[in-house]
Amino acid sequence: MGRKLLLDKAHIENIRYYDVYRANGGYESAEKALKMTPELVLDEVKKSGLRGRGGAGFPTGMKWSFIAKPEGVPRYLVCNADESEPGTFKDRYLMEFLPHLLIEGLLISSYTLGANSCYIYIRGEYAWIPDILEEAIADAKKNGWLGKNIKGTGFDLEIYVQRGAGAYICGEETALIESLEGKRGNPRIKPPFPAIKGLWDCPTVVNNVETLAAIVPIMRIGGEEYAKYGTGKSTGTKLISACGNINKPGVYEIEMNISVEEFIYSEEYCGGIANGKRLKACIPGGSSVPIVPANLLLKTAKGETRMMTYESLSDGGFATGTMMGSGGFIVLDEDQCIVKNTLTFARFYHHESCGQCSPCREGTGWMERVLKNIEKGKGKMSDIDLLWDIQRKIEGNTICPLGDAAAWPVAAAIRHFRDEFEWHVLNPEESQVRNFGLAHYADPLEIAAPATV
Amino acid sequence: MAEEKKLFKVKIDGIPVEVEPGTTILNAARKIGGDIVPPAMCYYSKLQGSGGKCRTCLVKVSKGSEADPRPMPKLVASCRTTVMDGMEVANITSPEVLDARKGVVEFLLLNHPLDCPVCDQAGECSLQDLGYEHGADGTRYEFKRRTFEKIDIGDKIQLHMTRCILCYRCVYTADQLTEKREHGILGRGEVSEISTYIHKSLDNEFIGNVIDVCPVGALTDKTFRFKNRVWFLKPVDAHRDCDKCCGKTVLWLRGDEVFRVTARKDKYGEVEEFICDTCRFDKKETKDWIVEGPRNIDRHSVISQGQYVGVVKPHDALPDVLDGRQPKLLMDIHSISQVNRPEIDLSKIEGPAHSDDFKN
Repeated sequence: MGRKLLLDKAHIENIRYYDVYRANGGYESAEKALKMTPELVLDEVKKSGLRGRGGAGFPTGMKWSFIAKPEGVPRYLVCNADESEPGTFKDRYLMEFLPHLLIEGLLISSYTLGANSCYIYIRGEYAWIPDILEEAIADAKKNGWLGKNIKGTGFDLEIYVQRGAGAYICGEETALIESLEGKRGNPRIKPPFPAIKGLWDCPTVVNNVETLAAIVPIMRIGGEEYAKYGTGKSTGTKLISACGNINKPGVYEIEMNISVEEFIYSEEYCGGIANGKRLKACIPGGSSVPIVPANLLLKTAKGETRMMTYESLSDGGFATGTMMGSGGFIVLDEDQCIVKNTLTFARFYHHESCGQCSPCREGTGWMERVLKNIEKGKGKMSDIDLLWDIQRKIEGNTICPLGDAAAWPVAAAIRHFRDEFEWHVLNPEESQVRNFGLAHYADPLEIAAPATV
Repeated sequence: MAEEKKLFKVKIDGIPVEVEPGTTILNAARKIGGDIVPPAMCYYSKLQGSGGKCRTCLVKVSKGSEADPRPMPKLVASCRTTVMDGMEVANITSPEVLDARKGVVEFLLLNHPLDCPVCDQAGECSLQDLGYEHGADGTRYEFKRRTFEKIDIGDKIQLHMTRCILCYRCVYTADQLTEKREHGILGRGEVSEISTYIHKSLDNEFIGNVIDVCPVGALTDKTFRFKNRVWFLKPVDAHRDCDKCCGKTVLWLRGDEVFRVTARKDKYGEVEEFICDTCRFDKKETKDWIVEGPRNIDRHSVISQGQYVGVVKPHDALPDVLDGRQPKLLMDIHSISQVNRPEIDLSKIEGPAHSDDFKN
């Protein structure tokens, strides 16, 4: 059994209520943190090597230390609970079952940052969760963990829950801030970064739910101890929401020292591919990250075993690797069609583009239409090159990372599964009745032999 | 002695320039001028917060600054990126930038109807210029272009949403110039549109300026609609005493008739000063105005065709080196050509001229 830090108490009945949570060691980390100075708490977070769990993997301690501290200007902490990435549903689990873990994390983080107001921006589709959170916030307040002069330290904190209206783009931190201010959810042009000018032009830190929740175990066991979990720079544990053609879909907490193969096939986690099928491809970090075929998923291009860590998953760059992303682990078996899968993602990004900058606004729709032609058997060979060219012109040229997120899945699908696209074009009728199948995507990789002198 | 402001040294395409801290790359390039100025479709120096959206002004920062010489990983929007001391920027010298710009132009033209022959903006359209300079020969888009249902936004301004490139300039104009903003962006992504909420009309003292700031023909002047092509009109600078605005305008004349009134635009297509709607829509008689003289229009613009003001004829150096003699012709084409027969009056030939007509 892997060690757990976040979900270790998730099995306890009624843990979502304050009394049970408190009786099981809840708010002890907050007690500990409130006795320390904010600088010392920040040191612990830095020592822990915690990296942002929202997708980019930016070191949290460093992000916190960037926040500007001008006199007389309030600072804000915003919790990004706008979890809309297809394939990712880890934050939902945390908020539904362990709301007090998040509130405790928010309390410690706000104390560290010196923020007296904290906002949870929650995805509009999670219609029932704001009630759970608000009940938990009321309970925490009743027991003196929120409000004025918390536990006699003189620190004040209010937590507000704000529901989004159902836009994926509002998960981007500056679009989230705009939306929170009551405006249209368009990403801002950076710089200035939110750490300098964020919510209402005040210094703001935006963090993912899981990142903020992970502050609690860091305070409980200490930053150095936390850093002993995992491998290398991927410290601690990560929630992975596994879905697709696996026997046991669900949210798993993994210590970042297991291999991808173990994660998919072991009984403790996904339990293997469903219905005895074979693994074809996997998108290991939510829809935005590049898709990789089975052979590149289990082994890196160098022939090493691929591990569930930030570094190992991105080994080989985009040519042969992928990304940890937000941990939305989507597994595709041999019966799945990559073209159709890519079309689904392209349709999603087309629908969710905010329309502010031209490459993303026009390019995402174009990609979807070209992909639809290929999928429906009306494609041309030149369409594949056209797709490649469109994605290349979107990537990196947009205001926010949504353009990149729309371009990467298409790029990776063409890079690794070009023969499947070509098969779709060359066999328009056959492609409507059957799938390309596994083909050579699980064949062992040819490892280039080291040059002999 | 007043403390001298430290100027930042910047190099754009190898050309050094010194600018004040806080200047954007685009404005630094405009200080140099010429071909190295990145095109801008959404940035408007008079509107706060504009820019960064169209992505045509992308440039490559090959050296971040003197203190941190690392290049920036991505292309940056020059209209919203401020310069650092010692920054080196590549615009037209970087193939990467030109390639990206070509892509952006293709994206912008993807859903544009290209109805220039019936568009009032033709001849003074930023998208035409941009497409001419950076666009491809044809489009690779094979699908139906998006269209919008026409909405009526009042009796002075015509909105053609199909032509819009969503630069947001008009939204900023209405926000910053007028006391009441009635229009904005509705919807999102590809189908987002400039519109008024529940078909309100734009009626307000300075709202006419949205026509001037619109880089394409999405917002046009209803009082000028289909009246004339801009290059058949003669622009003159004029002014009048106006209690609302500066009163400095350009009249677009044909004979004595004033076809339209606009604000004065500089060479980047930006107005010098905004004008009010009374000047723009209601004063359409020459007697309302004091005419200053012809407007200087850039020689390369189609508007200046037939108005060769300020054209310098290139100096012919041959007489100089030949001590004032004209070069001797080795052969006068006119003497041996069969078709050049001045005595044959072409207008008297029935039908098109044929080589047979010159044989006798």
